[in-house]
Amino acid sequence: MVEFTLPQNSKITNGKNYPAAKGNGKVKSFAVYRWDPDKGENPRIDTYELDTESCGPMVLDALIKIKNETDPTLTFRRSCREGICGSCAMNIDGTNTLACTKSIGEIKGTVKVYPLPHMPVVKDLVPDLTHFYAQYAAIKPWLQSKTSPPPDQERLQSKQERSELDGLYECILCACCSTSCPSYWWNSDRYLGPATLLQAYRWIADSRDEATGERLDDLEDPFRLYRCHTILNCTKTCPKGLNPGKAIANIKKLLVARR
Amino acid sequence: MALKSPLGRVLGLGSAKEGVTHWWGQRLTSIALIPLGLWFVFSIMSLLPSDHATAVTWLRSPLQAGLLILFISVVFWHALLGLQVVVEDYIHTEWLKVTILIALKLLLALLATVSVVMVLQISLGG
Repeated sequence: MVEFTLPQNSKITNGKNYPAAKGNGKVKSFAVYRWDPDKGENPRIDTYELDTESCGPMVLDALIKIKNETDPTLTFRRSCREGICGSCAMNIDGTNTLACTKSIGEIKGTVKVYPLPHMPVVKDLVPDLTHFYAQYAAIKPWLQSKTSPPPDQERLQSKQERSELDGLYECILCACCSTSCPSYWWNSDRYLGPATLLQAYRWIADSRDEATGERLDDLEDPFRLYRCHTILNCTKTCPKGLNPGKAIANIKKLLVARR
Repeated sequence: MALKSPLGRVLGLGSAKEGVTHWWGQRLTSIALIPLGLWFVFSIMSLLPSDHATAVTWLRSPLQAGLLILFISVVFWHALLGLQVVVEDYIHTEWLKVTILIALKLLLALLATVSVVMVLQISLGG
């Protein structure tokens, strides 16, 4: 049945306070989710006060500053710091987004930082994305074609055919959309989720791919595809401004069209 | 302990290769319910001030009785499709889910049939 209260070991307690050094300029508070698998304690919220004038403009800059200067035990993923790798996806100020492209200045009051919702936590802000990646692998995210490629050149697309992939190819698989989706929260064991479905449509929409029928066959399932109830949290939260809801709607349309 | 690979777990029993009929049916019934619902509300509102005999005469018209039976069928069909989704979404205990789904189907079929028989009884002058 649905669980309306958190399990005992998921209840969050108040953790430590790290005040800013005296005489600092603009102080901003960061309330950060902490959980260490080795300690056997409940998760806690640690609060760090930072002087934003001596810190970069993005939330990731603040997290790095905290790790470097205040608390080296704070754990999070990051890599490119420019919104293209998807590593630093987390829940900031109540919305899933990339810490590296979320500006501190646009958040009023305390900056609340949590890991992506409803995923197993490895440590602190690091979620376990094993299942998410397996779902991506399951849709065979590569070009499948029976026609051999031309011997002397690449497979060609017209400009119009190429434009069908706009709004799809930009997806960086950060998992912000899937982990914002209530349907994915309740049924991610079988529902593929917005990110994987957008990627599936990226190959369905590719004029060079010849496995459209098989791809649609694999998606036609009450759980894999049809758990999407167009809640559109996915589209609202996507840090790249993409529209997974529309991609899913297009898959549903194609399934009706081929009947 | 489960050592099955993550990909194996995702692929599971494979695709059911159905769901389009359900999804399309839900859309079609909801579109049909717009005119049917308006007709139903309008008819009941206009019948409210009149007496029992007028209502019976109204229901004796084949068009009105037909529309009412159609309305009842579509409402129950739409309700079944919608409730099925809610149960599948939120109930994760397999035996309970299957039991509720079967019970829902039987209950809604019973209610729909009884409602249609009631309309026929009045309409055909039982």
